[in-house]
Amino acid sequence: MTIEELYETQSAELDRRKRLENRIYCCTAAGCISCGAESVKKAIADQIRSSGREGKLEVCGSGCLGLCSRGPLVYSERDNELYGEVAPEDAPALISSNPVDREQLRFKRADLEAPFFAKQHRIVLANSGRVDPENVTDYIAAGGYQALAKALTEMTPAEVIAEIRTSGLRGRGGAGYPTGLKWELVARQPTDTKYVVCNADEGDPGAFMDRSVLEGDPHRVLEGMAIAAYAVGAQQGFIYVRGEYGLAIQRLQSAIRQAEREHLLGNRILETGFQFRIDLRIGAGAFVCGEETALIASIEGKRGQPRQRPPYPPESGLWGKPTLINNVETFANVARIIERGGEWFASIGTEHSKGTKVFALAGRIQNTGLIEVEMGTPLREIIFDIGGGVPRGGKFKAVQTGGPSGGCIPEELLDTPVDYESLAAVGSIMGSGGMIVMDETSDMVDVARFFMEFCMDESCGKCIPCRAGTVQMHDILARLTRGEGTPADIDMLEQLSSLLKEASLCGLGQSAPNPVLTTLKYFRHEYEAKLKEPAGAGAGDSAAAAGGEER
Amino acid sequence: MPTHVQESSKPRAAAVRDNRAKFLERAMSRHHYSGDALIEVLHTAQELYGYLTPELLKTIARKLKLPPSRVLGVATFYHFFSLEPKGEHSYIVCLGTACYVKGALGLLEVLERRCAMAGSTSPDGKVSVNSARCIGACGLAPAMIRDGEILGRMTPEKLNEDLDRIGVE
Ligand SMILES: Cc1cc2nc3c(=O)[nH]c(=O)nc-3n(C[C@H](O)[C@H](O)[C@H](O)COP(=O)(O)O)c2cc1C
Ligand code: FES
Repeated sequence: MTIEELYETQSAELDRRKRLENRIYCCTAAGCISCGAESVKKAIADQIRSSGREGKLEVCGSGCLGLCSRGPLVYSERDNELYGEVAPEDAPALISSNPVDREQLRFKRADLEAPFFAKQHRIVLANSGRVDPENVTDYIAAGGYQALAKALTEMTPAEVIAEIRTSGLRGRGGAGYPTGLKWELVARQPTDTKYVVCNADEGDPGAFMDRSVLEGDPHRVLEGMAIAAYAVGAQQGFIYVRGEYGLAIQRLQSAIRQAEREHLLGNRILETGFQFRIDLRIGAGAFVCGEETALIASIEGKRGQPRQRPPYPPESGLWGKPTLINNVETFANVARIIERGGEWFASIGTEHSKGTKVFALAGRIQNTGLIEVEMGTPLREIIFDIGGGVPRGGKFKAVQTGGPSGGCIPEELLDTPVDYESLAAVGSIMGSGGMIVMDETSDMVDVARFFMEFCMDESCGKCIPCRAGTVQMHDILARLTRGEGTPADIDMLEQLSSLLKEASLCGLGQSAPNPVLTTLKYFRHEYEAKLKEPAGAGAGDSAAAAGGEER
Repeated sequence: MPTHVQESSKPRAAAVRDNRAKFLERAMSRHHYSGDALIEVLHTAQELYGYLTPELLKTIARKLKLPPSRVLGVATFYHFFSLEPKGEHSYIVCLGTACYVKGALGLLEVLERRCAMAGSTSPDGKVSVNSARCIGACGLAPAMIRDGEILGRMTPEKLNEDLDRIGVE
């Protein structure tokens, strides 16, 4: 389509919607699907058909509606209501035009004014739950691909990069490298062949933000990648998705196909001279492949082992060519920045961390789900106001951010704002956005052991500090959890930690000691208690006893 | 991770006759028999055959003009690829952080007691048990995957019922 047609498609679709009485969105993200969303959607569609009101009512799938703990979720546009725990039997009441019928469902309504929703600030997730991820027209109706059109026709590549630099956007994949700077590095390379790669390997356990974005609003990521390709001068892109994310893979495949058909990707994008293809690469279950040089090796069909940097991928990446690698969420911010301007984005957040961040709330917390907040929001507000705190009167003990590379933050530090520097200052990292809340049933030494086991299993084996160090540290931690540790073991843990930090080849080994160091710092008494009582509680018993309490 | 390689029991003639070989060939030709496509080709092969036999690996190495050691090296590096046959049903317990703090070990215990140890298949070939590091359904922790389908908010009781249903002793 041409740019005129893009705008025409939008207004035609919006006109069509005006003639509808209601449009009902059923969350079809992985979480809700696993508690029966498909049958709810089908029941609503059947009900609409049998009532003969097809021209007036419409049901569609949508991305994550946020409150995963209450799935299956359904959003009704007309009355702006969100319903939780919807069952197929609720379909007649849901589609009824009689408010009295709909009142039957009042117990299932979620309060959209509650802090869980009111305290969020949605940029990346703006469309999530408001567009049908399987339908490109929905994305276009929400203003999709207009930022790409603007970049291609009104801006030079250098201006696009300048806008991203002004915005202050930093990488959301963990390290927080300034995105504009990275783009500029790639753009500056004199080669003709360059690549844009989207890192969708989301390996941190407890993190499902990227998954939700890909499942709920795949075109936003495609648009962001296309703008990046224009800015740096690339014609080929890859999305490296985890093999475990079947639904995300399916949605991306269909989104790419639709976008190519409409000339929003591929040759002659929007009938301009710009061309950009995107191919998917499916991961095969190796955490280390999230590291950028390992990811490159994996796309090239090799074992996913990191290599020494420099050279960094912007100089020498895929097949030795300049390569831009950004995270899913980073790309998901791009279109909005181009649309509304870098200044607008820079006005949100803190001095050094701009914009918003998506977090996945999980563990011992009332409202598990997906949230997006302004950078700088205190952890306490996220966990207690938005997350609703620990369920059933349990007592908060720690929150783990940043996955196996992050740390455990105790109650005393809950006023820490979430931004890159503040989280680093307390020994954790922003990471990709997983937040796992633990209460007093969690044994912190066992948690440290758990993460070390993860790093030990996932170490690629290339460098010795990581390969052998994680095994040694895990052995010591296992000994401590069994109550067989000695004070010398704790000293050894500290020594090994600094060795791994200094000497490992890639981020996996360098950050593997973080969970140990933070638990040693904030929960040292738990380690010491285990020394004194050799017959202490065994590993994992707290976890086993707790299964299935929730609802 | 040393992986035990079994001889395939499939008669050669049958392998030639069946369509799977053709599908695999098509996947390789779509990638122009490029060695860079090794991981995609292994994905396809595993999808078609359920697991990667030594013959399959050798065929793939020959067609993509790669040393067999490179193919075996890649196949054993990634957790996704299996060099052994899988059971009729597959259960994958998520041992990611969110599931761990919500009792995933209790689920694994049930499976290990009734079926097989993690990473193996029950002697009757009925159930394969595996663990995963977060399947991205943390909001529904503890979660597991049964035959490709995500089961959320699991309990040992629900799992026991599920196993009864498929007829595990
Ligand atoms: C062990 C390890 C795992 C990583 N996993 C991921 C991941 O799953 N997703 C991601 O986007 N970045 C991951 N990264 C960071 C990437 O190397 C890279 O910095 C990032 O993709 C750059 O994108 P950004 O600038 O947009 O953040 C990982 C790094 C390490 C060391
Ligand atoms: S930790 Fe189990 S699904 Fe994420």
